[in-house]
Amino acid sequence: MNDLATQSGARFIGQRVQRKEDGRLLTGTGTYIDDVVLSGMLHAAFVRSNVARGQIIRMDTQRARDLPGVVAVLTAADIDRLGYQVGNPVFDMPECPGPDNGLLARSDVRFVGDPVALVVAETRAIAEDGAALVEVDYATETPVIGIDAAKAMGPLHPNLTSNLSNAQDSGENGAIDAIFAGAAHLVEDVVRNCRQAHMPMEPRGLVAARNGSGALTVYSACQSPHLSSLHISKVFNLPQQQVRVVGQDVGGGFGLKMSPQRDDLAVIAAAILIRRPIKWIEDRLENLIAAGQSREDQMRVRLAFDADHRLLAADIEYDCDFGAYPYAVQSSGSLVTPMFPGPYRLPHYRWKARGWHTNTTGLAPYRGPWMMEMFAREVMFDIAARQMGVDPVELRRKNIIGKEDQPFQTAAGMVLTDLSPRETMELTLEAFDLTAFRREQASARENGRYIGLGIANGIEPTTVSFGYFASDVAHVRVEANGQITAMTTTFSQGHGTATSIAQVIAERLGVRMEDVTVVEGDSSRTGFGSGAGGSRQAVAGGGAAIKAADLLRDKIGRIAAYAYNASPESIRIEGGVITVDGSPEIRSSIAEIAMLAYVAPDRLPPDMEMGLEAQYRFRPPPMVFANATHACICEVDIVTGKVSILRWVAGGDCGQLINPAIVEGQIAGGVVQGIGGVLFEHIRYDENGQPLAVTLKDYLLPTALDVPKIEYRHMCTPSSTPGGFKGVGEGGAMISPPTLVNALADALAPFDQRWTTMPLSPDRIVCGLTSQSATAVGVD
Amino acid sequence: MSVHFIEFELNGWTVEGTAEARRTLLDFIRVDAGCTGTHAGCEHGVCGACTVLVDGHPVRACLMLAVQANGKSVETVEGLARSSEELHPVQQLFREEFALQCGFCTPGFLMTLVAMDRLEPRPTGEEMRAALSGHLCRCTGYQGVLRVVERLAEQGK
Repeated sequence: MNDLATQSGARFIGQRVQRKEDGRLLTGTGTYIDDVVLSGMLHAAFVRSNVARGQIIRMDTQRARDLPGVVAVLTAADIDRLGYQVGNPVFDMPECPGPDNGLLARSDVRFVGDPVALVVAETRAIAEDGAALVEVDYATETPVIGIDAAKAMGPLHPNLTSNLSNAQDSGENGAIDAIFAGAAHLVEDVVRNCRQAHMPMEPRGLVAARNGSGALTVYSACQSPHLSSLHISKVFNLPQQQVRVVGQDVGGGFGLKMSPQRDDLAVIAAAILIRRPIKWIEDRLENLIAAGQSREDQMRVRLAFDADHRLLAADIEYDCDFGAYPYAVQSSGSLVTPMFPGPYRLPHYRWKARGWHTNTTGLAPYRGPWMMEMFAREVMFDIAARQMGVDPVELRRKNIIGKEDQPFQTAAGMVLTDLSPRETMELTLEAFDLTAFRREQASARENGRYIGLGIANGIEPTTVSFGYFASDVAHVRVEANGQITAMTTTFSQGHGTATSIAQVIAERLGVRMEDVTVVEGDSSRTGFGSGAGGSRQAVAGGGAAIKAADLLRDKIGRIAAYAYNASPESIRIEGGVITVDGSPEIRSSIAEIAMLAYVAPDRLPPDMEMGLEAQYRFRPPPMVFANATHACICEVDIVTGKVSILRWVAGGDCGQLINPAIVEGQIAGGVVQGIGGVLFEHIRYDENGQPLAVTLKDYLLPTALDVPKIEYRHMCTPSSTPGGFKGVGEGGAMISPPTLVNALADALAPFDQRWTTMPLSPDRIVCGLTSQSATAVGVD
Repeated sequence: MSVHFIEFELNGWTVEGTAEARRTLLDFIRVDAGCTGTHAGCEHGVCGACTVLVDGHPVRACLMLAVQANGKSVETVEGLARSSEELHPVQQLFREEFALQCGFCTPGFLMTLVAMDRLEPRPTGEEMRAALSGHLCRCTGYQGVLRVVERLAEQGK
């Protein structure tokens, strides 16, 4: 069956097919969340805490209530009347206790931005006017800011015994201490990332409406309509089929829109209580202070090498700032500690991971949430190389695994297959003449110019498939007119999944791309699935689409064979046209077969079910691994601290590409987010817990002037899943930071300074270069 | 809050209505005129998603009041394509170069580049890139947009 479809289908997989989404998105006719308007709709605006920690001693809502056009001012007591479950019912780990505050803060606030009241009004402007009229007085308390404070201070959540959300470790390992004691080379440092925001260009938002029979419809800028529906139904104890979540065009997610948060849920509660549709669109200030953030983490790394520079052991301690209300209480180690060994031979490994609550915005997963494993490892590899006097590329060559080494079990117990770490590294390096570069670098230094080359390797665990992510479904049908409709559990935040999935189906069925319509984003129309998250849509959604399309292709073939008295093997389908090998006079179409299937039961093979549709729920392996090597050249101006990226080569092996342009778009977007995280992006809090980046003039994103032209090198080692696809969504954002930091450190190698604290903004570079005695750029 | 009667040309059509003095052009276009192709990204004049053309000049619609548009000509993304089949050449280049992903910032990029595309003499690639620094995109890393600029600059030679 598979071979038949592949032989007869037009080749769409692997082609740079133009995106189906672009027609509407380019003409301003998409439907983002703020474009949704319902009859009788009200607008919501939040009153948020302006202190990081304190007791609410007085709240006066009367002036807001008196404002013409204000319909309601809701406080925690109003929302609490509804009854709801706190926490994240989809992603919380049951063994980790979480904070107990309400959807709106009850008696105390725990970060600047904590929602304390919700004003609902006839227009957005009136809602904001009303919010400004709510008076709240706080008795402020000393906030817990930063991981060190979290360790030293008492619990900020009254229901918890400490600020430690959870701790995990690999257990005692005396052998490791002996190895470190006897190793030829020991390398140690702490790599510190800095707090960053996802910053989708469309902030969060939703429109919640409850109908007369109690069913709830939530239009949402979300990543997963089904998981949102599940989440909302569990929080409010509603039957899940009564909660329909509809997502249309979403203006970027990057993990931020994975789960409804407390403020989203408060708006839904208000819509239930007030019995009118309510829209809430987050503004950029709210997005910067309250939407959820990431990357406030650090890792102490100790590496032991033998005299021949072979890695003997690694010992790591990972600490992550979870903020006050993380999107979910999850394992502190997540994928950080399991992925740390990367693509290297690492005989001995010990790890410890801890997550801490602080009086700051909560942690929300950001594209490659576990990127510290790749970041710290690859940065430390370069530090090790300089310390040992060996070339960073040679150090990696000595320790990396290749195709012939697989299946390969890592020190963390993961089994790697279908990867090409060494081969992809060599392919990427072919883009450079390293010897010539070192000559150029030396002569540039003589002229006071500092250029450097950085490289990083990584393995991306994609298609994370367990728990609610365990499977995806595709329902594909040929309509009576021959057009194809596919209902899938994929959901685009800009990914172009409606294009990629249509390519897969068009190829397997043998129809034209324009005849395939992919329907996604509505929990009432598609089967249960997790949508966007975990870099899984190509493999899981694509795999389901392949399987369903093949079932359908098989049925079309059997109907055609019966109708034309031919064997199923002789049926060919190209561009929706059906021909029969050896019978050139026969020429039919999918549309004609569809008519037989829907209206002519007598012309179907005996006992065949009528209709022309198929469904397949695909269960991918728990993870599908992909690998990448990136390398870049940058120049650092030691007077101004400006970093210019001169070249960027992105090598990667994500198996069979469905649409190379879409794949490269995923890589590029991630790379540039990572560049931003190294050079510009930083949400700082002062000692009072006040966020210092509250506009896009304070929180600097990379612009078109800051980015290199990215050159791509694609390896293709197919995975064992249908189609041979792998995920590619998050790797770029994880691998670009170490690549750039290594290039910068290489450029500045003559200064004998370690660059391990992010961001490496111009001021920090200049300060780092002028602080002769410092061993790290701990400048704030 | 004072309320004003305003009338202006929007994509060749006359629109009229009343607006509070504080109402932004962005809100008027989206809510009162119903043209939702122009997007609110930051509402403080940095991200560029709300860029429209006022008398041919790119303007942040979030930083301009609706009353200031009185008597002027405003163009938004909805006015670019001649029909749903025939995209504006700049839109077509965006499509061919995969210059968008989520598409939320795209209307702003389009309006700025369309305005530059109309200038005589045509701006250089460097000038167009500099103009794009006033537009933020979080999805694409600007790779496709920069290819569009290259092609526009090439056409101008």
